[in-house]
Amino acid sequence: MTSTTETRITIAPRPRLPAASSWTLTIAVVVALLALLPLGFVLWATVVTGWETALQLIFRSRVGDLLVNTVLLVVLTIPICAVLGVSLAWLTERSDLPGARFWSWLCVTPLAVPAFVHSYAWIGLWPGFNGLPAGVAISVVAYFPFLYLPLSAAFRLLDPALEDQAASLGLAPFAVFRRVVLPQLRLALCGGALLVGLHLLAEYGLFAMIRFDTFTTAIIDQFQSTYNGVAAYMLALVLVLCCFVLLGLEASLRGRSRYARLGPGVARRPKIARLGKWKYVALLLPAVTAAFALGVPVLTLSRWLIAGGAGVWRLDEVGLALWQTLAICLIGGLATTAAAVPIAWLSVRRPTRASRFLEGCYYLASSMPGVVVALALVTITVRAMLPLYQSVATIVLAYVVMFLPRALVSLRASIAQVPVEIEQAAASLGRSPGNALLATTIRLAAPGAAAGVALSSLGIMNELTASQMLAPNGTRTLAMAFWALTGEIDYAGAAPYAVLMVAFSLPLTFLLHHQSKKIAGR
Amino acid sequence: MTFLTLTSLRKQYGSVAALDGIDLSVTAGSRTAIVGPSGCGKTTLLRLVAGFDAPDEGGIVFAGQQLADARSQVPAHKRGIGIVAQDGCLFPHLTIRQNIGFGLEAEASVKNARIAQLMDMVGLDPAMLARKPDQLSGGQQQRVALARALARKPRLMLLDEPFSALDTGLRAATRKAVTDVLTAAGITTLLVTHDQGEALAFADQVAVMRAGKFAQVGSPREVYSRPVDVATAAFLGEAIVLPAEVADGRAQSPLGVLPVDDIAYRGKAEIMLRPEQITVAQNGGDGVFATVAEINFCGPISDVRITLGDAFTFRLDIPSRETLSAGDRVTIGVAGAAHLFR
Repeated sequence: MTSTTETRITIAPRPRLPAASSWTLTIAVVVALLALLPLGFVLWATVVTGWETALQLIFRSRVGDLLVNTVLLVVLTIPICAVLGVSLAWLTERSDLPGARFWSWLCVTPLAVPAFVHSYAWIGLWPGFNGLPAGVAISVVAYFPFLYLPLSAAFRLLDPALEDQAASLGLAPFAVFRRVVLPQLRLALCGGALLVGLHLLAEYGLFAMIRFDTFTTAIIDQFQSTYNGVAAYMLALVLVLCCFVLLGLEASLRGRSRYARLGPGVARRPKIARLGKWKYVALLLPAVTAAFALGVPVLTLSRWLIAGGAGVWRLDEVGLALWQTLAICLIGGLATTAAAVPIAWLSVRRPTRASRFLEGCYYLASSMPGVVVALALVTITVRAMLPLYQSVATIVLAYVVMFLPRALVSLRASIAQVPVEIEQAAASLGRSPGNALLATTIRLAAPGAAAGVALSSLGIMNELTASQMLAPNGTRTLAMAFWALTGEIDYAGAAPYAVLMVAFSLPLTFLLHHQSKKIAGR
Repeated sequence: MTFLTLTSLRKQYGSVAALDGIDLSVTAGSRTAIVGPSGCGKTTLLRLVAGFDAPDEGGIVFAGQQLADARSQVPAHKRGIGIVAQDGCLFPHLTIRQNIGFGLEAEASVKNARIAQLMDMVGLDPAMLARKPDQLSGGQQQRVALARALARKPRLMLLDEPFSALDTGLRAATRKAVTDVLTAAGITTLLVTHDQGEALAFADQVAVMRAGKFAQVGSPREVYSRPVDVATAAFLGEAIVLPAEVADGRAQSPLGVLPVDDIAYRGKAEIMLRPEQITVAQNGGDGVFATVAEINFCGPISDVRITLGDAFTFRLDIPSRETLSAGDRVTIGVAGAAHLFR
């Protein structure tokens, strides 16, 4: 038949990737390889150590104790955070709680206080408070916003028609919540819980301050006291395995279901539950939470500031630390966002299996605790590239590895909002692909890029573990100075550094809150 | 026997009265359609009956039980009233089996048997039970939603524009299937729609709603042929409204002397004819002479504008014919009586 031959003739060979995307892909692959360096290092270290030594170092009572501590910490903290997060999100989004907007902001604000400052604040008030109870209590107030944020966004996105429908099928209000609302919160719960879990595994300052041993604190002790490389590597291996357990749990619980609205049109506004006489009882929950999560830091900090008077504001030292922190935040934030551009563009414009795999690599790499990243980069630079040891380039690489997903999320969202037709129009007007990209999509995605810089800077500002191990000689960020002073029991002297960190983090935290609202369409 | 009674229902949203005094009686086993343009308050009315919202004033009595008055109301989950929403509103996190079995409380074997029976009732393949709602077409989702609502054997079924999200072809078929199932089960049904054809085809009783009030309630034939006012007439279908001088059951109109359905009225009035009462003849016959001012060919029918002597014009859809063109003289005949607006 003629039509077949014609078809055969008109089939052109599949066009190869345009130059722009093959370049982008190459850069994205290189960044992914750099990001996976720490993980690769831990595996390499294990192989080099040899099975016998490795097993000896892993199966000892010290590791057992640490494992028990870690498991207890995670198993106690995450459910408490989840219950607190769901209750607060429901109260602020779906009930007529007086001042719901105000409480909603207060529920996010604890993120502006670095975890180790929470810890410092608590032992300032209760010096004897330590061990597991302290670890759980402080972790809850420091990390519950990671669950509150996605949960409140999910509550806003729920379609109230489904709840009406369930009621018409004979379900009482509590059954509707259990069978219809809760399952739809699953994605937010899983994602938030994973984030809390990874922070619990990675945090150093919070637990060191209250003398609660976790893998991270043990690795740093090992590193600082004896520089016992092999023992530290094996602890890092167990820590990495813990992270994998969390990632695997989350992936299997999350499932692959689609929870979006099925029908066309816009969802009706959710119904607001009337609390009636319970209103004032319900107010206790956000009020008590805010008292512990914000009141305690404010109280301790102001007490130390008053006690220290003007003397603690040594402008030369505080000023230098502030300047250095801002500089490293800006460099790190820009580098992180720049590193995220190729994969963000690929995953929106050329979503392939390869781009999804690369994206997965970035998320995996960033879920490695800061101490593992730092340990790997220290060892690699000392052994192979000494000039890079404690250089700005190395610490920036660590920040890129740890915070890239923060920039990626913002960038992706804003690139997705730029219609591809605009890029094509630029190409049709004679711009080369790379040029067209720069002139259109990148320009229009600038707000997202700015948010990406801001959010990764927020992470860098409050980062302590990796900064301590990797910072160039003579560098003293706010977090490092704060930590050094509390180590010398100079709590009053440390207060100004904490205040500055909180002051600079606050606007960024509100940006985060605002962004999560925008994603939810309000 | 009156099964559902609504008395002077009022519901205010801010300064807008969504429902402004609604009275309605529904007999057991009947089908009632509430039809009106979007925004007239018909969905609000359905939500009040379902128990999703409370009325500001008025009462709802259902099977002898007071469901709602100004002070208290029975919550939705205790009413035993089923509802099928516009988009089906299936639970996206559950399979079809779990969706249909959602409101059933029974041991697994009884439940599964009932689910299989319901799938058969709404004409769906049992192989679909393991799927998720997003793997079904719009019409299938709508049938699942019906099966889910039927599972609890409700005494009253509310249908909130359940066919409007479907394609034209699927729409008629799904409507037929739903009507058959509900009739077979003998369930009293309240349908809300903006499609007058659907309302007339579906119901025993039609309530025409406008701006929060019922303009007219009656049988489909009654509201179509004897609408209370011009707006209701025009909403339910094409209407040719003529000025007339009426006396002794006869009207002097631009279309000649026509019988009217009111023998008592005397004086000036407006009368209405439905297009199917009018014949357009090209070769003489009884009636008045007129001119085809304009003709638009639309396939099986043509849309024509007809001018009568002293510049009275109306438009009409007639079966297409090749010989008719603009400027032709035709004879207009009228069958049956005209309806008189008093």
